[in-house]
Amino acid sequence: MANYYQPEIETASREEILAIQNEKIVKQVKHVYENVKYYRDLMDAKGVKPEDIKSVDDIKKLPFLSKADLREAYPYGLLGTDLKNCVRIQSTSGTTGKRVVAFYTQHDIDLWEECCARAIVAAGGTNEDVCQVCYGYGLFTGGPGLNGGSHKVGCLTLPMSSGNTDRQIQFMMDLNATILCCTPSYAAYIGETLAEQGYKPEDNKLKAGIFGAEPWTEEMRRSIEKSLGIKAYDIYGLTETSGPGVAFECCAQSGMHINEDHFYAEIIDPDTGEVLPEGSKGELVFTSLDKEAFPLLRYRTRDICVLTREKCACGRTHVKMSKPMGRSDDMMIIRGVNVFPSQIETVLLNEGYTPNYQIVVDRVNNSDTLDIYVELLPDQFSDIVAENQKKERSLEIAMRTMLGIGPKVHLVPPHSIVRSEGKAVRVIDKRKLHD
Amino acid sequence: MAIQQISVFLENKEGRLAETVQKISQAGVNIRALCVADTRDFGILRLITSDNAKVKAALSDSGAVIPTDVIAAKMDDTAGALSGILQILADAKINIEYMYAFTGAADLGAYVVLRVDNTPAAETILKAAGVSTLSDADVAAM
Ligand SMILES: [Zn+2]
Repeated sequence: MANYYQPEIETASREEILAIQNEKIVKQVKHVYENVKYYRDLMDAKGVKPEDIKSVDDIKKLPFLSKADLREAYPYGLLGTDLKNCVRIQSTSGTTGKRVVAFYTQHDIDLWEECCARAIVAAGGTNEDVCQVCYGYGLFTGGPGLNGGSHKVGCLTLPMSSGNTDRQIQFMMDLNATILCCTPSYAAYIGETLAEQGYKPEDNKLKAGIFGAEPWTEEMRRSIEKSLGIKAYDIYGLTETSGPGVAFECCAQSGMHINEDHFYAEIIDPDTGEVLPEGSKGELVFTSLDKEAFPLLRYRTRDICVLTREKCACGRTHVKMSKPMGRSDDMMIIRGVNVFPSQIETVLLNEGYTPNYQIVVDRVNNSDTLDIYVELLPDQFSDIVAENQKKERSLEIAMRTMLGIGPKVHLVPPHSIVRSEGKAVRVIDKRKLHD
Repeated sequence: MAIQQISVFLENKEGRLAETVQKISQAGVNIRALCVADTRDFGILRLITSDNAKVKAALSDSGAVIPTDVIAAKMDDTAGALSGILQILADAKINIEYMYAFTGAADLGAYVVLRVDNTPAAETILKAAGVSTLSDADVAAM
């Protein structure tokens, strides 16, 4: 049974969607050119004028924006309106370099929350639901986005924010929460904690979960669904484009519908910047279509995924993106297969290991080798050799399933992987030495 | 009585074993017995020492250190003493994960350290068969 928040938009015909996009992109480019000097300079340098953009087909003429541009333009360089029109900022965690600060007018907030509302309704949400939001509130977009979407749908919203699992469980049980919004790893943790406290999956009233903001696997989805007795839905977004809700999963659970009336998506070759045809694996690029304060044109997300316009069982017509398979800037090609450190990290976390690992890629007899060194926690190691080897073998099998190629896994003692400035060096590619 | 063995997870790197043993001797602890198991990726150093707490403290920053219960059984000074002990355990369907031997410094007696899959059962059976085993206090006093 399919539910829509805005059926006329969500199930519009291809032609209708294109008409909306074509009308909006002309205005959006004009708005950016007139108000954002940073991007105007990029367009001028490329010799592109706003008049050259007559439809979404012309988007490919526009220059790209990257994370580096956002850092360079920090904090106001990409602002598209007067600060007096802005009502909010949100920000990234800034773990790698300078933070990204995104600005919002009330129009931008409404647009964002509407996208989140579509995601909640797609997960079965109505005004009779109790929606527990345990994404972080504050600068992080997770909490505010789902909170706003939940309000728009009319759910009773529990603005829990993250952490304090005992309190999460108390509210979940006492107030009969029906929809859970958090990161997949936290959902898994809540599931484990409920089991430890003696609850069975059918003891809670949850029916659905909306999980995002970190990579997770299909296995993890099944395990969360089982432990909480729910259906688990993926949601995608990034602070640069607004926040969660740029794309969301429907009842088909096979990719996320991109809200195409607000965001135009392209897949490009990360090396050449060339636009790739539908179905190709490449870097996802977003162009906002109707944002006021922080309108980004051709923003390179660095997420690698595939777009498909195949007809969806839910009745929505918006293009679907696959779960991101990794980041373009740390993609490795090993024996012809694309491998991302994030995939390896996901397997380790799923199997209960630390994310302290090192990948060594080499070439022996003209064939690529992949070795993964994984730090054990003291209590994960056994004094019996065979036990440790069994752990290595089972990790190798899990890695092969995820990556499509078989690595050698080596367990190593705690703190044995060299760290630089507190962070482990993730990838050592020795092939470059031989070339 | 079971005794506590200390197992140290070692990187397969040159000098790692020497470094670890040196740290233990610097802590003023005597090693009563040891056994090293080597694999492609790591080594496991198993130790019976005069003071396990000091060893754990001395090695706290050098990787994984875990305590394990093992049995140190005394072997009579006769031919077939070891096979007698192994036969008792085999008859009781107790699996031996690994074992190693050492000589007591004071009594010059021969001991076999046994890591089995069911330590309490092995202790009971050996005791019933008249095999004497060491306690942690015995090891400390050696
Ligand atoms: Zn769908």
